[in-house]
Amino acid sequence: MKPSSPDSDEAALLVGLRAGDQVACEKLVRTYSGRLLAVTRRFLHNEDDARDALQDAFLSAFRALPTFAEGSLLSTWLHRIAVNAALMKLRTRRRRPEDPIEDLLPTFVEDGHRVNPGPDWKEPAEVVLQRQETRVLVRECIERLPETYRTVLLLRDIEELDTEEVARLLEVSPNAVKIRLHRARQALRELLDPHFREDRP
Amino acid sequence: MITCRDFIEFLADYLARELPAQQHTVFDEHVADCPNCSAYLRSYTMTVKLGKAACTDLDGPAPAEVPEKLLEAIRAARSK
Repeated sequence: MKPSSPDSDEAALLVGLRAGDQVACEKLVRTYSGRLLAVTRRFLHNEDDARDALQDAFLSAFRALPTFAEGSLLSTWLHRIAVNAALMKLRTRRRRPEDPIEDLLPTFVEDGHRVNPGPDWKEPAEVVLQRQETRVLVRECIERLPETYRTVLLLRDIEELDTEEVARLLEVSPNAVKIRLHRARQALRELLDPHFREDRP
Repeated sequence: MITCRDFIEFLADYLARELPAQQHTVFDEHVADCPNCSAYLRSYTMTVKLGKAACTDLDGPAPAEVPEKLLEAIRAARSK
């Protein structure tokens, strides 16, 4: 059973929004700006672009209010709209020069063994994440991924949309999504490897 | 028998349990016998965790001017 208070807050907000109530609109913007800006920032490196996409998202949301399905969660609905706005903004941007994904993938020798497998990553995620440098490093490495692959990684692993949904959003096959996700993760792993491998016997 | 290249190529499907049962067993056997692939699997899984954690810690209140500017823009758009 969900607690009644957040549900009734949301229900009251929706009533206000549907009636075009100014106070409800302000409340929506103030409540969700932070969360949704975090979403658009993940996709758009540039702060101005992220804020533009955020504005597009809210305008879309207000226009789409009549289609909001009873029983849905406002936060999930807004999240989807923000992701969409970020993707649309991404399409309008000029592509930066980027490394081809092949250059970032692990390589293999004739017999199928990996080249330079290297030592294990000894410290677990929980430990390395306590360091701010780790978080900065990981974000920077994600930024280095070619856009096609970075976008799928963000949508699947970070925004947690499912394969079919991502396929629809990007207008590619579910199989293409799976392949791109795996390559993105492999490339990210290669970029992180020099920083986490323990070069001790 | 599969090579390390095969293992890594289909690793995502293996982890998502989307391989046919027989293939899944072959992959289980490979990772049990191959320390390099066992280490790769661990670092791959950790990579996914790190990506999620590093990107989602940006959630917090927006800078104060953000909602204000948004509300202005929204009012302007709606008065057209």
